[in-house]
Amino acid sequence: MFTPHTQADREAMLQTIGIDRIEDLFNDVPAEHRFPELNLPPALTELEVFTELKDIAWANDSARELISFLGAGAYNHYTPAVVDAILRRGEFYTAYTPYQPEISQGTLQAIFEYQSMVAGLTGMDVSNASHYDGATAVAEAVNMAYHNFRGKRPKVVLSPAVHPQYRATVRTYTHDSEIILTGDEGEVDLSTGPEALIPLIDETTGLVVVAYPDFFGRIYDFTDFAQAVHDAGALLAISVNPMALGLLKPPGDFGADIVTGEGQSLGIPLSYGGPYLGLFATKQKYVRKMAGRLAGETVDNRGQRAYVLTLTAREQHIRRERATSNICTNQGLLALAATVYMSLLGKQGLRQVSELCYHKAHYAAERISGINGYDLWSQQPFFNEFVIRCPRPAQQVFDHLLEHNVLAGYTLGKDYPGLEDHLLIAVTEMNSQEDIEWLVAALEEVSNG
Amino acid sequence: MAKHLMCELSVPGRVGFRFPDLDVPSTSLPEGLVRDELPLPELAEVDVVRYFTRLSQLNHGIDIGFYPLGSCTMKYNPKINEETARIPGFANLHPLQPIETAQGALALMYHLQEWLKEISGFSGVSLQPAAGAHGELTGVLIIRAYHRSRGDTNRTKILIPDSAHGTNPATSAMSGLQVVELQSDARGNVDLEALREHCDDTLAGLMLTNPNTLGLFDENVVEVNRMVHEAGGLVYGDGANMNALLGIVRLGDLGFDILHYNLHKTFSTPHGGGGPGSGPVAVSAELVDFLPDPVVGIIEEESPESDLPPLYGFVTPPQTIGRVKAFQGHFGMFVRAYTYIRMHGADGLRQVSEYAVLNANYLMARLKDAYHIPYERVCMHEFVVEGRWSDAPDIHALDISKRLMDFNFHPPTNYFPLIVHESLMIEPTETESKENLDAFVEAMIKIAEEAKHNPEVLKNAPHNTPFGRLDEVKAAKELVLCCIPEYA
Repeated sequence: MFTPHTQADREAMLQTIGIDRIEDLFNDVPAEHRFPELNLPPALTELEVFTELKDIAWANDSARELISFLGAGAYNHYTPAVVDAILRRGEFYTAYTPYQPEISQGTLQAIFEYQSMVAGLTGMDVSNASHYDGATAVAEAVNMAYHNFRGKRPKVVLSPAVHPQYRATVRTYTHDSEIILTGDEGEVDLSTGPEALIPLIDETTGLVVVAYPDFFGRIYDFTDFAQAVHDAGALLAISVNPMALGLLKPPGDFGADIVTGEGQSLGIPLSYGGPYLGLFATKQKYVRKMAGRLAGETVDNRGQRAYVLTLTAREQHIRRERATSNICTNQGLLALAATVYMSLLGKQGLRQVSELCYHKAHYAAERISGINGYDLWSQQPFFNEFVIRCPRPAQQVFDHLLEHNVLAGYTLGKDYPGLEDHLLIAVTEMNSQEDIEWLVAALEEVSNG
Repeated sequence: MAKHLMCELSVPGRVGFRFPDLDVPSTSLPEGLVRDELPLPELAEVDVVRYFTRLSQLNHGIDIGFYPLGSCTMKYNPKINEETARIPGFANLHPLQPIETAQGALALMYHLQEWLKEISGFSGVSLQPAAGAHGELTGVLIIRAYHRSRGDTNRTKILIPDSAHGTNPATSAMSGLQVVELQSDARGNVDLEALREHCDDTLAGLMLTNPNTLGLFDENVVEVNRMVHEAGGLVYGDGANMNALLGIVRLGDLGFDILHYNLHKTFSTPHGGGGPGSGPVAVSAELVDFLPDPVVGIIEEESPESDLPPLYGFVTPPQTIGRVKAFQGHFGMFVRAYTYIRMHGADGLRQVSEYAVLNANYLMARLKDAYHIPYERVCMHEFVVEGRWSDAPDIHALDISKRLMDFNFHPPTNYFPLIVHESLMIEPTETESKENLDAFVEAMIKIAEEAKHNPEVLKNAPHNTPFGRLDEVKAAKELVLCCIPEYA
């Protein structure tokens, strides 16, 4: 099957090695622990395993079988056929990190294209070759800012409207460090915008992290805010949903120093939470402080333009314990997916899908807020996600709608005490007008029931 | 065409993809927040497909040929993995769906956790870490949390052998530990004397790669682990080299406290040109409560009367180190690893490791006359040779690597581990046939001859590849990191 050895091969190989039995290769392993009996289910053939996994998958109700308005950091978008056709090329997916550039120009040039597109989309100077996901990208931004100020500005102000799981990840990463996290703890007024964070920024603050759109879908012009952050001597990181940037001003225009993001919207399947894609872009002056792989342009000894991993001296395998991050692999294949997606959609397509999300979400928001008992929680502009205050606990509303095969959104109470009646609703190009009317009708039913 | 970049091929007005028209009334766009220009290319679908197809043809991958990159386990990636991971019930599942609508995915994760516990003899597994280095970070954070929970705050020293996996030192430093490098002894094992000196009440733990990056199984591993435990430390196992150990030995049985797996190495999930990886972490009974949040558990037991299956759900370990990423890990990789383990069973997995080790020892036996082997012992799944000869003074491991490309082989890992001069770390994996190994040996022997009689052919290699050696200094000095778009 996956091992080509015949009996004759084995015998010839053992003879060359000079031993009688394969078992003799393991004499360094303590005898009493050698060759344990593993209690695993018996082997299946391909036909059987495929059947078993289809049966397992059948027990799920996927976002395509349900009418889904669930987002909260992962979005149901259409992936053009071209994306997977390219991803399935063995030359891409069975290669590893391009350590040997002479036979890895495919991967390297694709990374270079990815860096170019992410830099352009975010309005920043440079992008790395990606991090694991939107959450760890924020953690890396925190890490980078801390090292940028050589530990002299250990405070990080985190907006409470940054994804709760991203904030939790940053807490895990920084638990054993000198970094102090603030801004999202205790009683916070979620209805205010980023300006509420300004009093927290002082001379010990190294980084301020906000989201765009924020976890509640809201969008702000951060130009004045960025100025305030910079006046205090700190850096500003903005965590983005790149789908929104097909339409909206890029964070670079506001003066962001670091842009992170979850790239899943760019042609990557939901796949129950991963693998996704951590975007990370920054200004030219911080390029040497940025963790993660980078492809740079150069020439080969035949005079051809070519690409190579560069600035590797920053990385863990060279700097060892003096490196600021241990990141090794990036999300190569997902970065490729996003690159193919952005290449295919291009200037017009990305703008079109971004606008579809925007208009459909606004239509849904207007329809829902017109139902007796439902209100739009915030009057702030939003992109494709918005918060609705329900006439009863959001979990009850959600459960009722699930009976109608609708994933009504994300119930906010588990992350934000006080918002137990609030539902975060996402709308994408996958939701037809009919879907939206179905949602509205089901919500009306709850209201009346 | 591949020599051009997208931004150079773009033609204003060309469209690659269209979405349906808007089917609801439109809303005015947010004032002051709409971007002026979107610097993306404009190409037709066929242009995009040809561009990336051509790029792919410039890569070497496992599907093309032998890829003996040491410690990376470049084994064949079964095609069925790619089918199972794309079953719509998996691919379209949202991570925040109610657990009642995701029982299939949760059951799969639960069983994979159980199997990973069984394969290495541990009591708990978290599938959450995104890659090997991320699993390492998780493991080290668990070590810190464990000592802290016992009020043992003095333990800030972590020992890392010089034969350990390359990411270990950076990982430890990230979690605020002081790294002390441990020497190897003359046989490539951890030097017990050096270890003894560091076994005191500041010891947080030891990060041990076993088999190590020399491909050697530490002959004193039980004693090493005992010494660390006696000093109050924990032993972290780097699972980069687990492909040698399936059904051979369970690291938990040898006293390891923590182990990270690399699903993309051992369990055949593809390397993807540098990710996604997947780095589940397994721990001993004492450490189960510290695992990252969440793990998959059984929320309601199976009911014998009603014939209902158990209800699977997420559980937060009581003393968890917290989340290490958003959502619940690289699920797409879990489906592939599940497929692989399910197709092998216990006997099949043992055979994987047996053949991986057989292939490595066969290669080593055939290469030992032409190349110096610094530690001449039976190796595990990989081994290290020196890429230098006294009668070929100008030749380096790099030259050998580049010349191998002319024979359509991906080079071994070069210049790692650091403790061997001009090292070439060779890992054939179990999926290569004797014929492929023989062809590689012949190329290596030919190169060894060339090194002495025709060194120029090595210095200028590769010759038969689409690209020659690259100017890395220029790349770092000029630092061109993106296409400056000149879109109309």
